[in-house]
Amino acid sequence: MAASPTPASTTPTDRRVPRKGRIRQRERIQIPEDAGPIVTRRLSKRYGDLVAVDNLELDVRAGEIFGLLGQNGAGKTTTILMLLGLAEPSAGVARVVGFDPTRDPLEVKRRVGYLPDNVGFYDGMTGRENLRYTARLNGIPRTEAEAKIDAVLDQVGMSARADTNVDTYSRGMLQRLGIADALVKDPAVLILDEPTTAIDPIGVVEILDLLRTLVRERGLAVLLSSHLLAQVQSVCDRVGIFAAGKLIGIGTVPELAAQFGEESARIEVGFEDVDTGAYEATAKVLRSIKGVAEVRVPERPGEPFTVLAQRDTTASVREALLATAASKGMRLSSVREIVPSLDDIYRRALHATGLAGARGTAA
Amino acid sequence: MTAETSLAPAPVAPAAATSGRDSVRLRPGWITIAGKELADHLLSIRLYVLLIVLGIAALIPLYFVGEDVRSAASSASGYPAIFLYLFAYQPQGVNFGPLAFTVQAFIAIAAPLLGVAFGFDAVNGERHQGTLPRLLSQPIHRDDVINGKFAGGLLAITIALVVVLLVMTGFGMLRLGIVPKADEIIRLIAWLGVTVLYVALWLAFGMLLSVVIRRAATSALVGFGVWLFVAMPFIGPLLVGLLGSYVASGATTQAEYASTIQWVARLLPGQVYAEASAALLRPNLTTVSASEIYSAQAQQQIPTLLSFDQSLLLILPHIVILFALTIGCFALAYARFMRQEVRA
Repeated sequence: MAASPTPASTTPTDRRVPRKGRIRQRERIQIPEDAGPIVTRRLSKRYGDLVAVDNLELDVRAGEIFGLLGQNGAGKTTTILMLLGLAEPSAGVARVVGFDPTRDPLEVKRRVGYLPDNVGFYDGMTGRENLRYTARLNGIPRTEAEAKIDAVLDQVGMSARADTNVDTYSRGMLQRLGIADALVKDPAVLILDEPTTAIDPIGVVEILDLLRTLVRERGLAVLLSSHLLAQVQSVCDRVGIFAAGKLIGIGTVPELAAQFGEESARIEVGFEDVDTGAYEATAKVLRSIKGVAEVRVPERPGEPFTVLAQRDTTASVREALLATAASKGMRLSSVREIVPSLDDIYRRALHATGLAGARGTAA
Repeated sequence: MTAETSLAPAPVAPAAATSGRDSVRLRPGWITIAGKELADHLLSIRLYVLLIVLGIAALIPLYFVGEDVRSAASSASGYPAIFLYLFAYQPQGVNFGPLAFTVQAFIAIAAPLLGVAFGFDAVNGERHQGTLPRLLSQPIHRDDVINGKFAGGLLAITIALVVVLLVMTGFGMLRLGIVPKADEIIRLIAWLGVTVLYVALWLAFGMLLSVVIRRAATSALVGFGVWLFVAMPFIGPLLVGLLGSYVASGATTQAEYASTIQWVARLLPGQVYAEASAALLRPNLTTVSASEIYSAQAQQQIPTLLSFDQSLLLILPHIVILFALTIGCFALAYARFMRQEVRA
């Protein structure tokens, strides 16, 4: 048993990817067979001297919505085009639904639905006719295609307008038709480039809800890119923060908050019937609670107090707050922990990695 | 294959259904694209405008020459290939200076419009509409797009030219009361084939413009500008004629002079096409070489008629040249398109 070589030492797929050193041959990078639907290793794209994507290591798991977040020109679209085999990487490999997009682009494109940035449709045709063309390009038999088109149009809520010309559609409708278009082929992975740009707030909520439903019902993996961080924060299971072609942070929003957020957590505490005169007394009570580092009194009447606490003690601080308020007869109106917004995290991540000035270096 | 599809993350049917489709798939992507392009062209206003332009260009000289042939036909009954006179001959008493007033010459001017009109926005139109990334993310090869568009455009052009030729033939039969003979029909079909080839060159050129130039309006302007310069018998042929007479100024004999001018004129593909269609439509044309025509006139040779295959042999180089130019233009467009960035 001990003498026989372990599988790990014989199969090259289990070898860990070296972190340092330039790899010239794509073949040397191995991606394990059981990797997720989207995996990239040391994926890079250079345009001359310009590095659009720099050694990207990405793992998107099945059944999750992954947000690729970054400013315009951070390299998001370039990454997506490489994942679809529409742009060739300068170095590194990608593996999408088990295929290398550079070598088997058709296999990848057969299984990946793509909503491009600023999606467009053929003007002279109706929404349904546009989808029919996509179905034909995917080799879906006619009757099957009609049923599928009906289903996806219904799913995105476009059934009523499907038979009107696309040049009468609003931006939000085009976007939803674009999602339907990407779904016609029954994809295993959905890649959406800036799905919420140029859409009104209600439209954004509708599209994000739609994505959630799709992931729940179809179990597909979604990779979406956006520069509107706050908008997609709610819908992404995990996010990758992208700046100047580099992935500078990856994880859930709380994980990133822990990594790049402020040292201390903020808890907002609101009281009913506290006069401005009683502010100091109340603040004193709050300061006496164990774990509270600092208390800021409201700047205007009616606003809540802000309590700063160590990040790992927030739960106990919240409990102590409630207990103290109850015992002292203070009438609490709200206790709310402020989750740092993705925008804050993004800004901090940029500063932390020294990339703050490196915006807009890639198209 | 099975090992790889098992990597597909979807726990439910989709992945299996998608891979199961591979065996069903019979039709390559370019055919689907060509079908869509053809449908677009056939439904476009562009096609009908062009049909009207072509129809007018063909029917006006046809009417006048028909008048001539009709008055001559009674006395010239039994004269060979009289039907083709309709296409190749200038009515008597009409003089347009450098512009030959023949059906053949008018078609030579108007037909390239078809090619430019169906080609100039092939790729940049998709870019402008934002449909290119969506199209390319479907399971097709990138060259399916440009191949399919070329095939669809060519088919639309062929349909348009067939319609025009049929109308002309019908009109001619009505005017003359003569039914074309088998040899004449074969010659007309060959002429149609060469015309399609010539227009294919313009289509390839239009598509090259649509790949290289990002804005459809600009590529249309360039395309029609080049058409005006090259196909219209004003500027291009005039300049080429001047160049020819300059080059030929050292010629010692009339025949050598004529030959040099012809070689320079052949720089324009229109000249190559004109020679080819003349040989096909005029069976009494025993040579396309200007110097031989000159000496034949000088020696007052007895006119003889060529059979169709002899005429075809005469213009084989012309066909090869037009074919090579078309392929070259298309290859250039193809190569540029394959290297282009997908995004706008």
